[in-house]
Amino acid sequence: MSAMVEIRSVHKSFGSAQVLRGIDLEVAAGEVTVVLGPSGSGKSTLLRTINHLEKVDSGWISVDGALVGYRRSGDRLYELREREILKQRTGIGFVFQNFNLFPHLTVLENLVEAPIAVQRRPRKEAEAAARRLLTRVGLTEKADAYPKQLSGGQQQRVAIARALALEPTLLLFDEPTSALDPELVGEVLDVIKDLAHQGTTMIVVTHEIGFAREVADTVVFMDGGRIVEQGPPAQVLDHPRHERTRAFLSKVL
Amino acid sequence: MPSDTLDAPAVSAAPPAGPAPTGPRIVPRRRFGQWTAAAVLLALLALALTSVVRNRAFQWDVVADYFLTSAVLRGLGLTLWLTVVVMVLGFALGTLLAVLRLSGNPVLRGIGWGYVWLFRSMPILVQLLFWFNIGALYPVVLSVKTVNLLSPVAVAVIGLTLHEAAYAAEVVRGGILSVDKGQLEAAQALGLGAGRRLRRIVLPQAMRSIVPPAGNMLIGTLKGTSIVSVIAVQDLLYSVQLVYHRTYQVIPLLLVATLWYVLVTSVLSVGQHYVERHYARGTAGAR
Repeated sequence: MSAMVEIRSVHKSFGSAQVLRGIDLEVAAGEVTVVLGPSGSGKSTLLRTINHLEKVDSGWISVDGALVGYRRSGDRLYELREREILKQRTGIGFVFQNFNLFPHLTVLENLVEAPIAVQRRPRKEAEAAARRLLTRVGLTEKADAYPKQLSGGQQQRVAIARALALEPTLLLFDEPTSALDPELVGEVLDVIKDLAHQGTTMIVVTHEIGFAREVADTVVFMDGGRIVEQGPPAQVLDHPRHERTRAFLSKVL
Repeated sequence: MPSDTLDAPAVSAAPPAGPAPTGPRIVPRRRFGQWTAAAVLLALLALALTSVVRNRAFQWDVVADYFLTSAVLRGLGLTLWLTVVVMVLGFALGTLLAVLRLSGNPVLRGIGWGYVWLFRSMPILVQLLFWFNIGALYPVVLSVKTVNLLSPVAVAVIGLTLHEAAYAAEVVRGGILSVDKGQLEAAQALGLGAGRRLRRIVLPQAMRSIVPPAGNMLIGTLKGTSIVSVIAVQDLLYSVQLVYHRTYQVIPLLLVATLWYVLVTSVLSVGQHYVERHYARGTAGAR
């Protein structure tokens, strides 16, 4: 299978802090990649560079064959115009740790905002699609509720539906269950698993080892801005080759 | 007022007598200090009111005579028109300035800051007089005499708007900063353009913190427009002044203006309540 996402020697610093120190990673279409690692290992930053929410300092990233955020000419990468970057982003769904639903809009309005504004879909059609998505995440009857009236787990499911509304080819999850009460984690993971089984290409940053074991095609372990090791879950989770991975897993398992 | 009564110790409840299935009866602390203060203030208020009614110098009959005269109503109309125009233009310019001040470009940021600094530093009265005498600075603009270009009302609109915008910019900027950064990121991740992000996602949420100070400004502007009487614009205040310069009934005519200002301010305060409720939708405890 061809690479849906290709990341090549990506570096990123915030001031003097080097957050990414040369990341190389490929994600095949239809695969689920789970990124594990301690806080500050750079995994969220890496995810955010994939849809250009963070700019890389060097290296490049391509999604579905197109460079993210840049146009190559000779040996230079020119940053794209805002409009072109926004268009690229519509193909990349992003789910945030804190949901980031729009609190002043109803659930349905949250879902149709981008399809109507960005993809110029007729409101009727967008709303019908949005209701189908809500059914898919089990929230059919919450269309007219405001986000604050929902539980954390329900809000995150709405956020997933919102990301899906643009029919992206790639989904990015940034610690989707870290802000949830423990008893609400399951319902969100179930929705993500469901998507995985339908062949959606996904990169999931998470601390849920059990989820990684069950759903991931590839597990990536990051530490200190580098990928320490990667491979199938059975290998990385059960027979880690690196001391650092073993130490991390022994603490979280 | 003796300070020890302000913090009177709790009066202990009587021991339970008779059948009290829910335990001893609870008696709230008696706040004698507050009661005394309330009584004293009520007495003073009554005194003031009787004096206002009894003192013939207030000339309430004259107030009634002039309250609805066409000259006063025309002045009121101009005051209201000026308030609305200045508020709308001031906030439009202020929003633009707020966006400048939040720009990533240091020059744009600096220009926004400089505007706010300049127009907040200049007393509005001084600024109005400057615009009124603009002909002394620039006698001719585009081969038109500036004296003919700017009527007193135009001067009033320009001066008040530029002043208003400096304050509105800070109010809007504060509102935008109060919106969680994740909201902007979510909008970006969904591919929404910059204008749409501002109009549809950021400003509606910023309104919750913009409306209370904006309401304050609206009321301030309503009364602040009275300053244009110095450049002979016939607003509410200047209209009553024109009358009392003729009749020497200064106090009753100032009362006419005051009553109108109070009346309009009261209406605006009620309106603000409903606007605040509108923008609170989607937050916990509001629907």
